[in-house]
Amino acid sequence: MKAPISTSIAIAIGLLVLFGYFIPIDGLMQLREILLGWGVILAAVALLVGVANLVYSHVRKLRDGGVSRANSIVLIVSLGLTLAIVGWFGPTHSYSMWIFNNIQLPIEASLMAILAVILAYASIRLLQRRLNLLSIVFVVSALVVLISTAPIFGVEVPGLNEFRLWVIQVPAAAGARGILLGVGLGITATALRILLGADRPFGG
Amino acid sequence: MTLAGIIGLIFVLFFAGLIIVFTFTSRKLQKSYLREIPAFMKLRNAVGLVVEAGTRLHLSLGRGEIIGPESSVGLVGLSALARIGHTTANSDRSPVATSGTGPLGILSQDTFGSISRSIGAEFDPLNGRVSGLTPFSYAAGVLSVINDENVGVNILIGNFGSEVALITEAGERANSLTVAGTDNITAQAILYASAQEPLIGEETYASGAYLGAGSSHIASLRAQDLLRWVLISIILIGAILKLAGVL
Repeated sequence: MKAPISTSIAIAIGLLVLFGYFIPIDGLMQLREILLGWGVILAAVALLVGVANLVYSHVRKLRDGGVSRANSIVLIVSLGLTLAIVGWFGPTHSYSMWIFNNIQLPIEASLMAILAVILAYASIRLLQRRLNLLSIVFVVSALVVLISTAPIFGVEVPGLNEFRLWVIQVPAAAGARGILLGVGLGITATALRILLGADRPFGG
Repeated sequence: MTLAGIIGLIFVLFFAGLIIVFTFTSRKLQKSYLREIPAFMKLRNAVGLVVEAGTRLHLSLGRGEIIGPESSVGLVGLSALARIGHTTANSDRSPVATSGTGPLGILSQDTFGSISRSIGAEFDPLNGRVSGLTPFSYAAGVLSVINDENVGVNILIGNFGSEVALITEAGERANSLTVAGTDNITAQAILYASAQEPLIGEETYASGAYLGAGSSHIASLRAQDLLRWVLISIILIGAILKLAGVL
């Protein structure tokens, strides 16, 4: 086992939190709350480390040269300006909100619009790449839901809306629940492997 | 202690017991147990080609917070990173991992540090980087890695939203193989349409077993398969009892 002390501490804390969730003993439940609180604080500190890592990687890109130097300059200047304005005036001040409403929001909305085009294109490409029954069902279902939600030229096809509701409520919901069952078992298995010390998906 | 709590605890303990038993009792059966998943077959070949061609392998760990159920898929991504990182550590260009949260960024650096120590190579903190902290800024940061850093294979294993389509599209334009799996239902539908090799549902969580990360991964797959049948049986019995008016 690599790093046995830190691994043992991680397993012990994991088990305490797990049993604190199931077994209603006051001391255990309080300990669980404290440990989860520490986790939240550490995650917040890690966010700051993430920002530092982002800046460092762009400073390195700037220093090393390359095709996307302009992007790195824009990122560092924008980050510095936003940090200064929001730090000085506060996050709810009109200057801070102006940045959010006039820069962040339009950019993200534009990317969302691009996403719609990319997804339409990806659906067509899917038929070229994997022409099988599942792909055809996927594309036809997407078209049915799209056309019945936003009818072309306002013309509603009789029965299409009912068919859309049936698709969403029966086959789509059943499929999603099946996938979620597999995902839930996968989550539990991953957590148990770590708690048993059989897997350590990070360094140390 | 509530009835739901008791059942939950029994389920978790039974699951853990099955993993332990399968780890120690069926080592000989383990390789033949795995069915063929095309995505992993292509990935194994592509990893070899990346090393030979001198291109870069990129693994994206998504935006899952470390305190929540979505952390699990991020940890699966880290397992894959550790395994593939060791395989490609001697190539001309070291692999790169991108993430959308601070904790995953730190853990990916920790994994690269561990790989560097084990092969006696110099650790570059830029191999594990945070590319952005909001969904679209994260995707935009990943795009620059795919476009500018001669990436030959993209592996996306983590918690993603609809922004993942931007990443798979960039991989497509760069003519690189994209293998992708997530725990998010919406993103799974998007990946089915846009990724060259999508991983559906629990296939994502089987990454470790298929990449040779250890016997415990295959043992946990066997436990999952067994428990899936148990849960399906309970659901069916419950439905029949409901129809019969017993419940």
